[in-house]
Amino acid sequence: MKSILVAATGLALLTTTAFAQNLPAPVKARQGQMRIIAINLGILGGMAKGDTAYDAATAQAAADSLAGVTMVSPGPLWPEGSDMDAVVGTVAKADIWTNMGDFNAKFEGLATAAKAMQAAAGGGQQAIGQAMGAVGGTCKDCHQTYRGKAN
Amino acid sequence: MRSFIVFLGAVAVIAAAIGWVLTAPQHLPEDSFAGLTGDAERGQAVFTAAGCASCHSAPKAEGDAKLVLTGGQRFPSDFGTFISPNISPDPVHGIGAWSLMEFANAVQKGVSPDGAHYYPAFPYAAYAHIAPQDLADLWAHIQTLPASATPSAAHEVGFPFNIRRSLGGWKLLFVNDEWVRPAPTPQLARGRYLVEALAHCGECHTPRNALGGLQRSQWLSGAPNPSGQGKIPALTPDVLEWSAGDIAYYLESGFTPDFDSVGGHMAEVVSNFAQLPAEDREAVAAYIKALPAP
Repeated sequence: MKSILVAATGLALLTTTAFAQNLPAPVKARQGQMRIIAINLGILGGMAKGDTAYDAATAQAAADSLAGVTMVSPGPLWPEGSDMDAVVGTVAKADIWTNMGDFNAKFEGLATAAKAMQAAAGGGQQAIGQAMGAVGGTCKDCHQTYRGKAN
Repeated sequence: MRSFIVFLGAVAVIAAAIGWVLTAPQHLPEDSFAGLTGDAERGQAVFTAAGCASCHSAPKAEGDAKLVLTGGQRFPSDFGTFISPNISPDPVHGIGAWSLMEFANAVQKGVSPDGAHYYPAFPYAAYAHIAPQDLADLWAHIQTLPASATPSAAHEVGFPFNIRRSLGGWKLLFVNDEWVRPAPTPQLARGRYLVEALAHCGECHTPRNALGGLQRSQWLSGAPNPSGQGKIPALTPDVLEWSAGDIAYYLESGFTPDFDSVGGHMAEVVSNFAQLPAEDREAVAAYIKALPAP
């Protein structure tokens, strides 16, 4: 019995690892894009909340990275057949591909908010806070409709 | 033998009669709102905190369209699919012809003006705790919103759950007038009012039993997602490690502490909380931080 358990656990671990490593390149790429967004928003959000001291150069660098990563052309990151029903390890809803125009418009909304953040980053804690609100709104808009987990 | 059968028959009739009485729709006392005048402007905050538009606006409505409470959103569950009704002030297809008392019985007792039980997809068990003045303000506010002449769709619920009278039994078992948590400070009392009454957080974040009743002993400890994949997360301290500041900021901005963002139906909740005063978000955070591990 015990050995069966061990074998099953081992198999489960193996499959989990396999999934993590074998994600299709477009899925890896877009998840990396989201992480780059998150790490830069972490820097800006920390300053907006007052958890870290405001520093103009650091804020500007984070805002520039944010704006840059939103300019990656979306087509190659979102090919047909890379939704959560087809690929284990993504939470992208199939609805994206039936509403691609709306999906792209929502992502464009993020790019616009990121440019506003670029302009605001040098303006101090309060300016960042306001720009954060706009960026967060665009994250929420898209994740509400097209991501298969709520957080 | 024959007398025994007669006896059994009599017991069955009496039991059925008691059951019929017990499952009858209950109403609020007639004088519940005596002397109160609703203030539509103040009712807006109640409306926002209670999340009325999140379920009663049309599917995928955005911006000002969210204030048209035309209904039509679908809520799949183990018992069937519930479809939110039109609660706009249209006198025919909405609730414009209702009285405050009829509105209050609907919201707080789950009973329609013609005396039918509502399904608990409508969180009247939570709304039962709404203060009378807030309820009157809410009614005043809803009457200022645009009317929609779209008829409500029927719920897609099969036997036996389509027998509305049985919901009287459900209410007997699972509607509880007591608050779940103590509130030793004004801030915790406000947090409790928001979490347990208006924002009805327990409806999704607390697990349910086989009959769909909330398991109050497992309060806010997370639950399966009734309408899709995944799990509604636990808010109890054994799982949620966020600080009070993290929780308040999440409710304002939609950002988790590691700057992932809110999605799904919770995005609606965050949009609502973002419109409330900062003290309200802080009160919710204080309430959540005071939860016990299940």
